[in-house]
Amino acid sequence: MIDRRRLILGSGSALLLGGCDRLNGNPVFRDVLRSAEGLTMRAGRLMSDRAALAREFGEADMSPVFRSNGTRLPDTAPYGRHLADGFANYRLRVDGLVARPLSLSLAQIRARPIRAQITRHDCVEGWSAIGKWHGVPLGLLLKEASLSTRARFVVFHCMDELGGRPYYESIDLVDAFHPQTILAWGMNNRVLDVPHGAPLRLRVERQLGYKHAKYVERIEAVESLAGIHGGRGGFWEDSGDYEWYGGI
Amino acid sequence: MNELHPITPVNNGATAEAVVRRHRLSTRLWHWLSAVTVIVMLMSGMMIFNAHPRLYWGQFGANLDPAWLELPQFPGWATIPSTYDLAGARRWHLAFAWVLGATLVGYLLWSLLNGHLRRDIVPHRRELRPRHLWQDVKDHARLRFPTGAAAAHYNTLQKLSYAVVLLLLLPLLILSGLAMSPAMDAAWPWLLDLFMGRQSARSVHFICAALIAAFILVHVLAVLLSGPINEVRSMITGRYRLPPERTR
Repeated sequence: MIDRRRLILGSGSALLLGGCDRLNGNPVFRDVLRSAEGLTMRAGRLMSDRAALAREFGEADMSPVFRSNGTRLPDTAPYGRHLADGFANYRLRVDGLVARPLSLSLAQIRARPIRAQITRHDCVEGWSAIGKWHGVPLGLLLKEASLSTRARFVVFHCMDELGGRPYYESIDLVDAFHPQTILAWGMNNRVLDVPHGAPLRLRVERQLGYKHAKYVERIEAVESLAGIHGGRGGFWEDSGDYEWYGGI
Repeated sequence: MNELHPITPVNNGATAEAVVRRHRLSTRLWHWLSAVTVIVMLMSGMMIFNAHPRLYWGQFGANLDPAWLELPQFPGWATIPSTYDLAGARRWHLAFAWVLGATLVGYLLWSLLNGHLRRDIVPHRRELRPRHLWQDVKDHARLRFPTGAAAAHYNTLQKLSYAVVLLLLLPLLILSGLAMSPAMDAAWPWLLDLFMGRQSARSVHFICAALIAAFILVHVLAVLLSGPINEVRSMITGRYRLPPERTR
């Protein structure tokens, strides 16, 4: 009796799991699951002020050690040369759908208005760390470059590669012009270090960690994400089916 | 629901038994929808937990911070998908979360309006007297389930467990889940105050999920021990055969 019950339970769970894995790979079912992403984003924005700020903390609340992850040291040749000369020849390009493309040195970026914020960084894996970031608001640079009215997304091209493919990310204009969205060149009262994305990384405080592109060298304003790399708006979005909207 | 609606008349004599309408349609619908949804949430949740199987208290918490609980990863037979796939598990979890939230809110509102909560779920004051509770505990320990007319109502421990699941655990799971979203934390800052930090919310989420899993185990066990065919049929068709009065 027990054995029969165990057999039924065992085969039941095997059937359930096999069924779930098969559903997981079924493109139609997957699209149904994916449709929740747009619902989540729209519902979240409907329910709140689009400019609602992420909580800012005090110095005493900061993580004793802010762990790094993803790329900790880009192994591409151009990045090696930047490291060798202390980013003296580094330029941030802002181009795409802008009237006045920019090419800025680190000194020029640091000379622009600074926003400092102590915020919580949430990794999609589940951990959080609180750190202090110093940088220039992205919205300022986009205004300086005269963003076209056709632009709908901002793409961040990075200097690191994972498995031979360049890292990149993208956000929409709601988050691009959010006051806490900055290009950070400093962290915890020091110059940004290599594991955390030197010389320049994105902070987009209402989204998960993988959206916060590190080692940024080019910001491109686009109308659509379709033609860029895998077309889903980011490295992990293309390679692992992570959500483009990383707000939850 | 629990007013007796005899469908077959009560016979005279020791074998007296009656069929009553035990579960109304909204309860049956919600029960089976939730059975599927909660299992999917638990199994995909365990896969998400596997990405970082450590729990912390407070606003932040990562590998180098002290964890109050560190577990080995859950085995593949318990997770959706069955092999490591954080992105896939998130697709399942965040899509079914909508089903869980919508059906819970709908069911609670409906049950408030039709009196189901007040009449059948929330225990009466006299049922909460220590002597009555103790008698209920003793009856459960001896597996003496109610018979006759008493079986038409939920007993006190049953009411308490349903009330805790419906009014405490499921709402806490939804709120602590939202508190893990960086976008929701910006939209509704009170979420962070309620749980005293994102990592605390993650811990509360895990504890409530574990309690729900424990509830399901006990619930299924109670069904198996108290006449599984009669119990399961009552949750499908609504009709429940009252077990005949025990001859002491």
